[in-house]
Amino acid sequence: MKKIIQITLVLLTYISFAQQTPAPAQSEFILITGATAHIGNGNVMENAAVGFIDGKITYVGSAGSINASEYNKVIDATGKHVYPGFIALNATLGLVEIDAVRATDDEDEVGTFIPHIRSLIAYNAESKVVESMRPNGVLMGQITPRGGRISGTSSIVQFDAWNWEDAAIKTDDGIYLNWPRTTKRGNPWRGEDPGIKPNKEYSSEVEEINNFLSAAKAYLQGDMNPRNLPHEATKGLFDGTQKLYIHTNGEREITDVVNFAEKIGISKVVIVGGDQADKVSKMLASKNIPVLLRRPHRLPSGEDENIKHTFMLASILDKAGVLTSIDVSGSMERMNTRNLPFYAGSFAAYGLEKEKAVKLITGNAAKIAGIDDTAGTLTVGKDATLFISEGDALDMRTNILSKAYIQGRDISLESHQTELWKRYSEKFNQK
Amino acid sequence: MKLKLCLIALFGCCLSIFSQEYFPKNDGVKSKNSNYTAFKNATIYVSPTKTIKSGTLIVQNGKVHAVGTSVAIPENSVEIDLDGKYIYPSFIDIYSDFGIEKPKPEPRGNRPQYDPSRSGYYWNDHIMPENRAVEKFAFDKKKAEELLKAGFGVVNTHIADGIVRGTGALVSLNEEDADNPRIIAQDVAQYLSFKKSSASRQSYPGSLMGAIALLRQMYHDAEWYEGGNADNKDLSLEALIKNRTLPQIFEAGDKLNDLRADKLGDEFKLNYIIKGGGNEFERIDEIVNTHATYIIPINFPDAYDVSDPYMADKISLGEMRLWNQAPSNPKVLAENDVTFALTTAGLKKVSDFKSNLLRAINYGFDKTKALEALTTIPASLVKKGDRIGTLQKGYLANFLITSGDIFDKKTTLYENWVQGEKYVVNDMNTIDVRGNYTLNVSGETYELSISGSLEKLKSELKKGDTKISSNISYKNGWINLFYTPESSDDKKEFVRLSSAVTTEGNLSGEAVLTNGKASTWTAVKKGKKEDSSKKEDEEKAPKVFPVTYPNKAYGVNTLPQQQTILFKNATVWTSEDAGILENTDVLVKNGKISSIGKDLSGSGATIIDATGKHLTAGIVDEHSHIAAASINESGHNSSAEVSIEDVVNSGDSNIYRNLSGGVTTIQILHGSANPIGGRSAIIKLKWGEDPEDLLLDGRPKFIKFALGENVKQSNWGSRQTIRFPQTRMGVEQVYTDYFQRAKEYDEQWKTYKSNKSKGKTPRYDVELETLAEILNKERFISCHSYVQSEINMMMKVAEKFDFNINTFTHILEGYKVADKMKEHGVGGSTFADWWAYKYEVNDAIPYNAAIMHNQGVTVAINSDDGEMSRRLNQEAAKTVKYGGVSEEEAWKFVTINPAKLLHLDDRIGSIKEGKDADLVLWSDHPLSVYAIAEKTLVEGAIYYDYEKMQQTEKAIQTEKNELINMMISAKNKGMKTQTPKAKKEEEFHCDTMIYGL
Repeated sequence: MKKIIQITLVLLTYISFAQQTPAPAQSEFILITGATAHIGNGNVMENAAVGFIDGKITYVGSAGSINASEYNKVIDATGKHVYPGFIALNATLGLVEIDAVRATDDEDEVGTFIPHIRSLIAYNAESKVVESMRPNGVLMGQITPRGGRISGTSSIVQFDAWNWEDAAIKTDDGIYLNWPRTTKRGNPWRGEDPGIKPNKEYSSEVEEINNFLSAAKAYLQGDMNPRNLPHEATKGLFDGTQKLYIHTNGEREITDVVNFAEKIGISKVVIVGGDQADKVSKMLASKNIPVLLRRPHRLPSGEDENIKHTFMLASILDKAGVLTSIDVSGSMERMNTRNLPFYAGSFAAYGLEKEKAVKLITGNAAKIAGIDDTAGTLTVGKDATLFISEGDALDMRTNILSKAYIQGRDISLESHQTELWKRYSEKFNQK
Repeated sequence: MKLKLCLIALFGCCLSIFSQEYFPKNDGVKSKNSNYTAFKNATIYVSPTKTIKSGTLIVQNGKVHAVGTSVAIPENSVEIDLDGKYIYPSFIDIYSDFGIEKPKPEPRGNRPQYDPSRSGYYWNDHIMPENRAVEKFAFDKKKAEELLKAGFGVVNTHIADGIVRGTGALVSLNEEDADNPRIIAQDVAQYLSFKKSSASRQSYPGSLMGAIALLRQMYHDAEWYEGGNADNKDLSLEALIKNRTLPQIFEAGDKLNDLRADKLGDEFKLNYIIKGGGNEFERIDEIVNTHATYIIPINFPDAYDVSDPYMADKISLGEMRLWNQAPSNPKVLAENDVTFALTTAGLKKVSDFKSNLLRAINYGFDKTKALEALTTIPASLVKKGDRIGTLQKGYLANFLITSGDIFDKKTTLYENWVQGEKYVVNDMNTIDVRGNYTLNVSGETYELSISGSLEKLKSELKKGDTKISSNISYKNGWINLFYTPESSDDKKEFVRLSSAVTTEGNLSGEAVLTNGKASTWTAVKKGKKEDSSKKEDEEKAPKVFPVTYPNKAYGVNTLPQQQTILFKNATVWTSEDAGILENTDVLVKNGKISSIGKDLSGSGATIIDATGKHLTAGIVDEHSHIAAASINESGHNSSAEVSIEDVVNSGDSNIYRNLSGGVTTIQILHGSANPIGGRSAIIKLKWGEDPEDLLLDGRPKFIKFALGENVKQSNWGSRQTIRFPQTRMGVEQVYTDYFQRAKEYDEQWKTYKSNKSKGKTPRYDVELETLAEILNKERFISCHSYVQSEINMMMKVAEKFDFNINTFTHILEGYKVADKMKEHGVGGSTFADWWAYKYEVNDAIPYNAAIMHNQGVTVAINSDDGEMSRRLNQEAAKTVKYGGVSEEEAWKFVTINPAKLLHLDDRIGSIKEGKDADLVLWSDHPLSVYAIAEKTLVEGAIYYDYEKMQQTEKAIQTEKNELINMMISAKNKGMKTQTPKAKKEEEFHCDTMIYGL
């Protein structure tokens, strides 16, 4: 008997340290009925039905007008809410497991211009942090490398996979660039004043980017012999198959970025950060340049700023007509990425309509990431990557998931954390 | 020729230097000069308040012999007629490091240094009362001349390094003589500061609060040492005891540090002379209440270069205002009867002293007070008012000769006499050639205007309406002018004029024409030189923007007042057994919750319609690091002697931002750099109040402890591996050791106090006192903790010493030992969902709060973060999601439960009649992500209003715009400007290592 307990314990321990097993392919014909469906395009539908077969959405519409007999599994979701899976852009999930443990850190490679560095192959599909996204409805993410000037190439993954190949939704979707700042901070450890000063190197730093991309462009027009890996990696930028994501926040820098991209001939540019994008929102809208807004859960960038400025930005950009999603980077970003719905909710608290807040992290995110043909909205023909929440999923007290599907697969909502929860709740119940 | 001059100068020098009467002389015969020098017909400021017209000043042997209107001039006098000129006592700067070389900074080593470098002295290298400026003093001629030109005759100089810096020496700037007469007095004052020495790497203190604690312990030790209780010699303490009767000059350097220094001084009955920061006007009431004397710098900030609007945007309103307001500091201090001396300290160039002083006077600083601040006050502050500062008989002959009122822009300083030795700043015999002339050069007529200062003239030459470029110089009584005549096509051809100036008025002399031929020229002066009315305009006092509290964006002009307020028809979350009450009124009166009920009427109350809104108690954050000037004292593994209460920063914008999230009370905890951290400060977020008034009255005593990776320095880098403990095993021993010693210490004192015959007095140890308070259940521990093993250990150590841990904060594995926690009686103050940031939070789960709560532990949700603290309502809401806590209970996690953990639940944390009216009116369900705090009240006063914040933001932009316009016009007037340099706001977390000042 003792032995059995011991074995059970060992097994339990083992289970609690492994990732949830990825779900098998969808076999049942599933219909969710009676729910409030948040389409992800700004629309909401009461008493809706959502059907999906073989991983694809087959029906989105009124619950009253559907023939349920086509489906062999009907889920009554009356009073509940259905959302398209939330998409976290500019995430580093799966690249770092524990911030303070260097051995688990794979987000920043050596080098300045390294577009050939690809995040996808380092993405840890079995990360315990990744699995903790799913109970909050965050089901997809763009995994991006960090650091340097051109950090590397991102890819988009879904969060229920055996390995990175299975996880990939869109491979090498974009290249990430860190735009220089017109201002610089001193390093107090080197005895410098930590205040912000003008960055005298700004022009030359911009020139370096220009030099690299011009050289790459020239290389791509030639016979490409001998091969140049960094140059070759930028191909998609010039033929329009990849987007250039540019980290920048200042009003002046954003304007410089837009002019720069036009001049060098890169047609698809996304501003990442955009703390002062509100000041150039009209220009961004007129040029159709999307923005991944830094998460609202950060302090204002200066003591004079409206103390709610970070929360108000999305509404301002929306009114100006800028295509906007959320950039999840920032302090303790990986574990915080599961708070993506609440970032959107916070934007909704300060002026953005609730459905538009949903759209930020669904329809808009898919559009910006270039996966809107398969993801982002509850639309017939798209992947059945969606979830059912007990209530408003942008509000933490009602974001309670009962079901989540990725490409129609009925995924586990358990995690290392829920297992510990259950294990210790059980321990105290035994007493 | 040059060589000869040099030799003469050298000889002259030698004569002076070896003029001491008992010094042997081998280069000639002894010749004593006992002549008098008499300065006649001058306006003499004998002192700032005593002026003599047409007076005579007689000096002999470096001292004032006589001064008055009818003094007899001895026969052997050299007489100097100063008709129309003024004599002032020369200035004194008692905060100087003149002639003292800065100690060389110790290079950064491979390992931190915990032990002192010296032996025979105090245990801390930064305490150096034995240092004597006089031993390091080496006369610096170049610097002396700068000071002489600025009007200074005497400075009190010191070694500006370390926390206790030793004594200063009063020296004259007499550049003719040797140090023998120059050193007027040694060991004149003792200097102190909050900054540690750059010459030692000893880690402690690593923070402002550590420096304060160290000073406190040092004073206790000195008293104990003096009582003959120590077994060993301590040269530092002996010096400290010896220096005690001297004036104590404390370099504080900022308004809040001024208050901190004064508070420390009060504890030990020391009246520090506080060297301020020039921003005292921002907290003038508190400064007045220190009743301290001050030394005030006038290093006013330059205007910012705002020509680039993008960069200008990065300058904060606070910085812009400081530029505008700082020159008013001396005026404000003077008008509030604060006694202060002025200093040149902090100026980039000593030569800026006069222009800055004139700016202060232009801002309304009284001239008599200014003269006092430069003469009599510094003299009396260093107890030398009987020798310097005025021109009475027997005083040092240190005086200035000027062309007029010394605080007038147009006045020229001619001579600065120190100890009877003349230093010529501007030759007073120089004839003033400034004015407008008609110039005639070989038949051609021009208009010549000469302006500028006599040392640096400017010329403007016109032929009819055409301006002609010209250049003028004036030296040794000769004027030289050259220009390119209009007729010349070649711009490289010049006409050169020169003339010896012998009388005021007309000039004439030789001219060399462009072709090299000699000719003559004349210039006839036309009436008075131009005094354009434009210039008068410039000197008008500028608009000074009003000070707010704190003096930055969103600061308040007047502090919010308690009001009688009736909230009508709210959903009231009581955080009490009463639960959530719909359609309920709450009346606030005299800062308290007066009544709760339906259809209340409050006569004279401000009615706030709360229909559809939610009223809750103010949020209580058990774990905050905002509003403090420093957070970690990591120099020792135990720092129970330090207190955040010493470093509360009332100017942190995060106070206001926290109010915007409904937070009203916070515990500012020490960080987690060491197992035994420092004492907490519990404050109410009364934005605008000073640090003392933020502290909650009758607050219980708390201290921060910490476990795990931070205290064993796991993530501090590979150099930080020598401080004990480096493992969790060692952490237990740190506690056992300290508590055992605290117990023995406490017993020793108890025995000593009860023993009538008394033996040797035990040493008063602030650190052990604090720990003894824990043993005596007078102080509570909030312990930073992560994994279950250490949590368990901490409880066992406490139980062994018969006390309880009050709160485990963070406590991320609390759910694993919730039953043990319940049994021990400790509360858990945790994060809602943080994890994965370090190894020890691998098993941190968001269900932690729910499990601990279910086991009966008092649970709070805290922030540890100045950003997240603004949305603790949302963090509490996460416990509804994770673990299914009821909404009513979840709300208690951020109100009554943290209040209980802080032993303040009788006053705050719930809506109950008689409790403090710390209330938040929410636009929506308070646990909802959509809820906005519309109004936040602390003790019945509205400290935050969402609508008002938005209006204030607009007012900030308007004010900045006005200031920018002022800066642009300042720039156009040729005033100095500085490149924009925005300040970075400090953000603290548990593990922030920063020596914040």
